[in-house]
Amino acid sequence: MATKKKNTEHVSDWNYSPSLESTSHLNLKKRYDLFIDGKWVKPSSGVYFKTINPANEEILAEVAHGNQDDVDKAVKAARKAYTDVWSIMPPAERAKYIFRIARLMQERARELAVAETLDAGKTIRESRDIDVPLACNYFFYYAGWADKLEYAFPNRKVESLGVAGQIIPWNFPLLMAAWKIAPALATGNTVVLKPAETTPLTALILAEIIEESGLPAGVVNIVTGHGDTGAAIVNHPDIDKIAFTGSTNVGKIIQKALAGTSKKLTLELGGKSANIIFDDAPIDQAVEGIVNGIFFNQGHVCCAGSRLYVQESVADLVIQKLKSRMDSLYLGNPLDKNTDIGAINSKEQLETIHKYIKIGKQEGAEMYQPKCSIPTKGFYCAPTLFINVAQSSVIAQEEIFGPVLTIQTFRTVDEVIQKANNSPFGLAAGVWTDKGSRIFNLSSKLRAGVIWANTYNKFDPTSPFGGYKESGFGREGGLHGLNSYVKLS
Amino acid sequence: MKNKLVKKEIIHPDNIYSPSIDKVGVEERVARFQSRSIKNESKLQGLKIALNMIDLTTLEGKDTPGKVKQMCYKALHLHDVHPNLPSVAAVCVYPSMVRIAKNEVKGTGVKVASVSTAFPSGQAPLDVKIRDTQFALDEGADEIDMVISRGKFLSGEYNFVFDEIAKIKETCGKARLKVILETGELATLDNVRKASDIAIYAGADFIKTSTGKIQPAATMQVTYTMLMAVKDYYDKTGIMIGMKPAGGISTSKLALHNLVMVKEILGNAWLTNEWFRFGASSLANDILMQIMKMETGVYQSSDYFSID
Repeated sequence: MATKKKNTEHVSDWNYSPSLESTSHLNLKKRYDLFIDGKWVKPSSGVYFKTINPANEEILAEVAHGNQDDVDKAVKAARKAYTDVWSIMPPAERAKYIFRIARLMQERARELAVAETLDAGKTIRESRDIDVPLACNYFFYYAGWADKLEYAFPNRKVESLGVAGQIIPWNFPLLMAAWKIAPALATGNTVVLKPAETTPLTALILAEIIEESGLPAGVVNIVTGHGDTGAAIVNHPDIDKIAFTGSTNVGKIIQKALAGTSKKLTLELGGKSANIIFDDAPIDQAVEGIVNGIFFNQGHVCCAGSRLYVQESVADLVIQKLKSRMDSLYLGNPLDKNTDIGAINSKEQLETIHKYIKIGKQEGAEMYQPKCSIPTKGFYCAPTLFINVAQSSVIAQEEIFGPVLTIQTFRTVDEVIQKANNSPFGLAAGVWTDKGSRIFNLSSKLRAGVIWANTYNKFDPTSPFGGYKESGFGREGGLHGLNSYVKLS
Repeated sequence: MKNKLVKKEIIHPDNIYSPSIDKVGVEERVARFQSRSIKNESKLQGLKIALNMIDLTTLEGKDTPGKVKQMCYKALHLHDVHPNLPSVAAVCVYPSMVRIAKNEVKGTGVKVASVSTAFPSGQAPLDVKIRDTQFALDEGADEIDMVISRGKFLSGEYNFVFDEIAKIKETCGKARLKVILETGELATLDNVRKASDIAIYAGADFIKTSTGKIQPAATMQVTYTMLMAVKDYYDKTGIMIGMKPAGGISTSKLALHNLVMVKEILGNAWLTNEWFRFGASSLANDILMQIMKMETGVYQSSDYFSID
């Protein structure tokens, strides 16, 4: 007989000391103007808005609100730069500018990471290890394509479109700017980009980098502002292409606005992606994948694995392990290098998340949140699980865009394919199993743009990204991403 | 909390559920532990905890009473210029050196661990292994570090491996049994997990990665996999099992990463030398060097740290 005793006498209370990333190398200006035609210009309305740090609600800077006149100026500058310089420049020369931007971004990587964390509330670990390096890589990747377009589209004549209007969201501010700007430039288009109103800072630092790179004036214009600024871009008659990443509702409005025009459109919208765990999956790694799928960037991820399907025979085990793993997540100051869960991007978004948590409780789902102390200032939401959820539950149907996971069980492969596809969205899915054949089977039957096998939320410049159904159309990234910015004949 | 005596149910190894392990996922998880930033007070405290978890080891064909006595002295006097240092947890030697070591550390709280069961290969008949173990115990060993039969494991004879561990456990009586899996020979993390489960269910008090004779030894990936086996067993039964990575952990940084892993998987309850050990010979001096650096602000030359 073996006996073991629980040891409590010598337990050491070992906790991590605060380890804050220094902000000393970041020099934010008090006030940012619009970046139009290679110059910093004041908004014609004279209006500025404040951008705050969602982790403590302190004001970071004032940012210009661009209106229709400003957008018009930007589009004119972009058109002129397109006609006079960028569209006729030898592609290999174009590539040099894009490479230079990528290298300058790398040089200022720490600064960009800290700015991103301050402005967006995401953890410094993610902005330092994921957002910024990936953003650089998108520029590097597309720079390489600039003089090889004839090989990307063999036997076709490749032409650029003209001026691209690009509107990006607040969840990956710098990365989304890179996803949009890099392929547009590589294919010879010029750009008018509007960052999200809650997270304009890294796009403005990128504008400084672009200025420093010597990119010809007007090739990239950054116009900050709110929804009306975006509408002015969408409705501007001299824009050839709109690329939008954001909510499905706004996407629908844009598509309606563009109906009957010759503008090309790509939309990358919401999602309610299925993450599917089979009973033969490597359970502990799958649990890790669930955590990365839904709690990465506080769940502010369009492809977040927010609908979890677990095979019923392992459901209890997976839920027990998931809860235990959630207990070990650190929530708090995003600047602390040990923080796993940072701040919710805005008060408005926090209210949306709370609304859905309330709905989940009303629907009778069983909720779990780990015990963690929520800072008193700033916008935070504890990682949240809902168990005993059905396809009919609102929280399993609508995109919450926060750290809220719904768990459903399933019995058979066919059942889970049917349930996973039973959604108006179709952005991504995850499949966890030890069976290779099953992975191939599911990846051909799931109607989602990206399917991850035994991993989740992995991004790479060489890989296309985009949705089915209400998650949008068009692909960004990889060879396919070039397609959205060229005219083929 | 009250100490509770739990009767361990003997489970036939064919019925042990060992989840499959995805190596890529494990590597990613381990990278997260390695990106933890341990600074200031937590670093100093962590280093002292790690120091107190070391099994100071000499396992060489050329071991002599002189060498063992010197190492035992070091175990008790890690760095006498620093007044507030813990001692190591144990000294780890061959059975033939147990009596010598025992005399040196008697009454100090430092334990004597003896390798056994035809260490390091384990290629001997069971009765020889039992006698080897019994000899070490008779000489005064507090802990037994046995090796599993990797050949039998790799040929699928899991029941043989299980029974052998159970037999040695029986021989050990009150002495704590550490079971060395020699993960460098098991090749896959799936095997590491399976061997961990077999050892735990067969009666191991501790599971240990390596003999130190085979590379790779205690990689973070392997230690992570074994810690998950310990966690699953604890969640199922409420019984704590100890963990000892051995071989290849020679720097303070690696030791701290291991502590981070233990803390985040098993909790602070395991952060004592009753439940976690480092099998290492050169780690102690690196930790001492770091502690002195933290307290004085400058690195001292390795000549200031004794090398017994």
